[in-house]
Amino acid sequence: MRNPDPAKTERAESAREAKPAEPQGAPPQVSARSAAEAREALRAAARAEHAAQHQGPNAGAAPEPAGGEAPEVRPQETTLSETRFARLRKKKDMPEGLWLKCESCGQMIYRKELEEKGRVCPACEFHFTLPGRERIAMVLDPDSWQERFADVRTVDRLKFHDQVPYLDKVRKAELRTGQSEALLCGTGAIEGRPVVLAVLDFSFLGGSMGEVVGEKIALAAELAAARKLPLVIFTSSGGARMHEGVLSLMQMAKTCSALAELADKGGYSICVMCHPTTGGVTASFASVCDLTLAEPGALIGFAGPRVIATTLKQELPAGFQRAEFLLAKGQIDVIVRRADMRGTLARLLDYGRGPRVKHDVRRGRAAKE
Amino acid sequence: MKDKRKSDSRATSTSGSGAGSGLGGGMAFEHPIQELEAQLAELEALSLRTRLDISSEVEALKVRLRSAIEDTYKGLSAWETVNVARHADRPVAGDYIQHILDDWVELHGDKAYADDHAIVTGLATMDGLRFMLIGHRKGKTTKERLACNFGCAHPEGYRKALRKMKLAERLGLPIVCLVNTPGAYPGIGAEERGQAQAIAENILEMLSLRVPILVIVIGEGGSGGALGIGVGDRVLMLQYSYYSVISPEGCAAILWKDAERTADAAAYLKLTADELLKLKVIDAVIPEPPGGAHRAPTVTMDEVRRTIQRELDLLVRVPAETLVAERRRRYRQMGVIPGRFPQVQEA
Repeated sequence: MRNPDPAKTERAESAREAKPAEPQGAPPQVSARSAAEAREALRAAARAEHAAQHQGPNAGAAPEPAGGEAPEVRPQETTLSETRFARLRKKKDMPEGLWLKCESCGQMIYRKELEEKGRVCPACEFHFTLPGRERIAMVLDPDSWQERFADVRTVDRLKFHDQVPYLDKVRKAELRTGQSEALLCGTGAIEGRPVVLAVLDFSFLGGSMGEVVGEKIALAAELAAARKLPLVIFTSSGGARMHEGVLSLMQMAKTCSALAELADKGGYSICVMCHPTTGGVTASFASVCDLTLAEPGALIGFAGPRVIATTLKQELPAGFQRAEFLLAKGQIDVIVRRADMRGTLARLLDYGRGPRVKHDVRRGRAAKE
Repeated sequence: MKDKRKSDSRATSTSGSGAGSGLGGGMAFEHPIQELEAQLAELEALSLRTRLDISSEVEALKVRLRSAIEDTYKGLSAWETVNVARHADRPVAGDYIQHILDDWVELHGDKAYADDHAIVTGLATMDGLRFMLIGHRKGKTTKERLACNFGCAHPEGYRKALRKMKLAERLGLPIVCLVNTPGAYPGIGAEERGQAQAIAENILEMLSLRVPILVIVIGEGGSGGALGIGVGDRVLMLQYSYYSVISPEGCAAILWKDAERTADAAAYLKLTADELLKLKVIDAVIPEPPGGAHRAPTVTMDEVRRTIQRELDLLVRVPAETLVAERRRRYRQMGVIPGRFPQVQEA
């Protein structure tokens, strides 16, 4: 719903990233804080960045060359909540460079180390947003992935045109990600258990749900029903894609319709909400699967934090809308660390096989490999 | 017929008093109409006071007013439509309850957390038909508006709606939903109690309810907050209501980063009843009297009454299995161009 256009925010962000206060080597203001104060630091970071912006653009050298292509960025007033929001969503694309800063604790991380750890911050265990292909490689058994419905393409039904035509944005995202849309859908196996897998990629227009994403979720549910396979969905999305107007809103009902059918046919569905999952995705298929999982620290909500902060005109409580917060409020079933995801999913998938444990059920990764 | 509508008019009083008319900058297009209405009111008052026969002048002015209204509303832009949909004098759920129902028992609360005043639910009878009425409640006075949170529901509101809809299913009563909300409330408590989950649950359950569901957008159809009680067998919109994935203001702020572009955003979002009918997102448009529902509320409400009667009369004859299957198919196929998407054909 309140899906800020990622391409835009990205450009705006890269403009901001090009001028942070902290030069390479010197610890940024926020990293001095302990990891235990991670959430506090998040807010402090926003404040620091805000202050930095008002000190002028040449306050320091960039620690990493940011995005690069920022032709249409216009200088603009940024409010505290805006910069904070930008901070929350930053680094989704992992810009080039040896070092980068954890968006949660502010720690400078060696890029290679981060990638080796599955994009989990070594200091605070923050789970960075994972590109769709990496997610698939991490969750599925090697070579088990078979992509489906990749040929389903976006159509600009509304002739939407803000600062650039909508289809230009889509084509750009296609080139950048090498994907035809924000949702990757196919079949594979998790520790030998066949599944239908759908993965939302945040780097494609913020993982926003338009007609194609909605349709592919529905197709995935139908495939799961037809083949009697469990459906596993990973979400990471800003919500509905507003360039498709009310048609994107209707995808909420479309995906729910397919999931209702799947449930009626005895299907089994698991959704893993990853950082960040908001808006129309949270308010539809992601919330009505049989099991709702989340990665640690993931921002999950209906309204985005910026919208809430602007509406209430107040700072939000520490940890608000994070996975741990939602768990405490009874909104999700379980938080699963990225490192444990495969094993946990395999165990959970087995519970979809009924009460009697059969001998052919392989236990754990060791048994499989 | 048209004169009767004129006599129904409340615009003369609002333009006179000004208070509570809620005319923001967006209603500027109505200024010429309001001027004529003021003149007409003055003239009529004069004729009463002085007992002069100026009926020909009054008639002439009425003709001018009528054509001014028709001309203005014929070419209404998307953004102007949004402003008409938000007009303070536009009939809201409370007005419909008072005006079109023969019997009404309000049922409160979600029996879990609270009674959300932003959504009203209750048992209703109208022209010999019983049904469950669910609606966003906005209120008319400032006090009412505050109490109803301006029609922005919390999770308990959606859960209350679901609870009553399930009761309707058990009793075999059809459900009528009057949608009129800027959106679900974005707040701390709302998030804590699972706003997204509540809306998702409603959408899912409404796709399974074994009784007819008739949805009418009577004002604002604000995104997920609208869809949370907006899944139905038939979805209709009043002529000058709107239904959108995001408010034009929000869209302009995010995509254009410029509040001045709100009108452009409204146009691109294709959020008017006519556009949505073309996109087959809705089934029909309920016509409003010339000059919009705020100018003749009772005429509008009568039209809605006749529509509910007609639609329910057809829907109650459809077997439950067909209803559910067709409703799911309707949403599964939403916006699909034939042949565009693949189909799962394996077993």
